[in-house]
Amino acid sequence: MSILVYIEHADGSVKKTSLEAVSYGKALSERTSAGEVIALALGTISDEELARVGSAGASKVLHVADEKLNAGVIQAHADAVGQVYKQIGAETLVLAKSSLGDAVAARLAVKLDAGLVSNVAELPETADGYKVKRSIYTGKAFAETTVSKNHKILAIKKNAVDLKTDGADASVEKVDISIDASNFAAKITSTDKAEGEILLPEADIVVSGGRGMKGPENWGMIENLAKELGAATGCSKPVSDIGWRPHHEHVGQTGVKVAPTLYVAVGISGAIQHLAGVNSSKCIVVINKDPEAPFFKAADYGIVGDAFEVLPKLTEAVKAIK
Amino acid sequence: MKILVCITHVPDTTSKIQFTDNNTKFDKNGVQFIIGPYDDYALARAVELKESLGASLTVLNVGEAETEPTLRKALAIGADDAIRINAFPTDALFVAKQIASIAKENNYDLILMGRESIDFNGGMVHGMVGELLGMPSISPVMKLDIEGDTVKMAREIEGGKEFLEAKLPLIAGCQEPIAEWKIPNMRGIMSARTKPLNVVDPVDSEIATDVTTFQLPPAKGSVTLVDKDNVEELVKLLKNEAKVL
Ligand SMILES: Cc1cc2nc3c(=O)[nH]c(=O)nc-3n(C[C@H](O)[C@H](O)[C@H](O)COP(=O)(O)OP(=O)(O)OC[C@H]3O[C@@H](n4cnc5c(N)ncnc54)[C@H](O)[C@@H]3O)c2cc1C
Ligand SMILES: Nc1ncnc2c1ncn2[C@@H]1O[C@H](COP(=O)(O)O)[C@@H](O)[C@H]1O
Repeated sequence: MSILVYIEHADGSVKKTSLEAVSYGKALSERTSAGEVIALALGTISDEELARVGSAGASKVLHVADEKLNAGVIQAHADAVGQVYKQIGAETLVLAKSSLGDAVAARLAVKLDAGLVSNVAELPETADGYKVKRSIYTGKAFAETTVSKNHKILAIKKNAVDLKTDGADASVEKVDISIDASNFAAKITSTDKAEGEILLPEADIVVSGGRGMKGPENWGMIENLAKELGAATGCSKPVSDIGWRPHHEHVGQTGVKVAPTLYVAVGISGAIQHLAGVNSSKCIVVINKDPEAPFFKAADYGIVGDAFEVLPKLTEAVKAIK
Repeated sequence: MKILVCITHVPDTTSKIQFTDNNTKFDKNGVQFIIGPYDDYALARAVELKESLGASLTVLNVGEAETEPTLRKALAIGADDAIRINAFPTDALFVAKQIASIAKENNYDLILMGRESIDFNGGMVHGMVGELLGMPSISPVMKLDIEGDTVKMAREIEGGKEFLEAKLPLIAGCQEPIAEWKIPNMRGIMSARTKPLNVVDPVDSEIATDVTTFQLPPAKGSVTLVDKDNVEELVKLLKNEAKVL
């Protein structure tokens, strides 16, 4: 019996959300005495990088180095993970929620006849059955969910568990499997992706701007603060609707759900649909010139003031403490 | 060409979420129900495709009788007929098995869903149906065009977009800006009353997961305001009190 953790990597390094999934697996194995935590990576990535997964809690990393898996073709990844899961006789699959992770998890729930829980927010209670807390209604509530199948798939949210960093390097083992060509029926023809950018769903700090920023020409101020904080940038829905910012920066109920340690909202009113996407943040700072803006009710810290005055000063103040 | 759109019946995005019966049931009191916002994007794109390709368009919901007004609204927006699978949607796998069973009978060329429901937010049903039917399922799709039997799509990925091509039949989980939400007009509302809404029984499916209790997040404390001329104070608080810098 063991726990398999599906690892995603980008630009040659393992994604932080996947390291969190490994730490989740480790904590889960300690709680359930479920045996070893084995990570699985697909496609081209170095052994050194994979060994690092050990620090987050994996004892072993299996690596299917097949280049055909470099692109995140959903069915091919699901097939590969399913084959390895069966080969090692795992009973639980843990993965981080992402555009690829979700799709892989869904297909595996069918392949493995597993009980799947998505948006997992905490470690399960196992004293009395197998109960997992997941977030529902876009973070407005939680549901204690029992899983009655032997095989379990947990798709975890960011910050569901603390990232472990003190484990020893993991051993890396190559695995050969054959992946049927039928899994490549949907072809990825190209991708259009900013290189080296901090990715919004994975960022520890996010600085977002709303309609109060007045126009795209003022985003430099948001970007400067973000740069100083090592943050990703986000925006409200109208901002991406008007085309001031790209769509993948839109935060909220109908956009990206973020769970950073720090969320800074500038010139955003705090409509319920926006709040739904940020309510898992540990700390929220709001800058708005209207003291009645609803966002202040959801904030930990706030400044009532004009963004155009406050932002440059705040950027300087952050620089000063470095 | 036959298109199926799967829609959810969910609380309006502004709803305050509450539970009753010792936190075991969703409190519907005062809640307005709508077509899931992502499903609404799927439906809007399907109506456009129906018009440009001359397709037929069916909407489907797995739910109890209370969801019928939501299905009628989808008919008013432009679907030709509706199917309600008469069952409480226990979990994603249950729903997926119901949808797959209807899809097997009817051989749809294109099945559109929302990227995720806004009650359970799993983003899982489309992938499960894809696996059950042995079809590609792509999500979240922000652009979808059909040329002959080829579907060209753009999918949102972390930090950008991925462009894909696949042959029909296919499943897609949709999000904006695939199409603009459509508001039913008077003619649509009138004709929706007489369009067919067929109720079918669910197929058997073993329970995989079940909710025991619901919880609300802990209430937020009050905000600490910092003077706009003293931003250094905010940085200090973030560093020393909140410990997030
Ligand atoms: C079904 C549905 C789904 C939705 N989903 C989302 C979603 O996912 N995400 C989302 O964000 N929205 C969503 N919305 C829209 C949402 O209801 C709000 O309209 C939107 O969030 C408002 O954006 P905003 O705060 O940027 O703009 P506004 O509401 O116009 O607020 C601008 C704010 O900026 C402040 N301001 C103005 N000038 C300055 C200045 N110089 N300095 C400081 N502050 C200033 C103002 O006081 C105001 O509070 C959704 C709506 C619907 C109906
Ligand atoms: N009860 C349901 N009836 C019909 N379609 C559904 C139902 N639940 C989910 N779906 C479809 O599956 C998509 C993803 O749902 P979910 O996996 O719950 O996030 C939704 O956007 C709908 O298109």
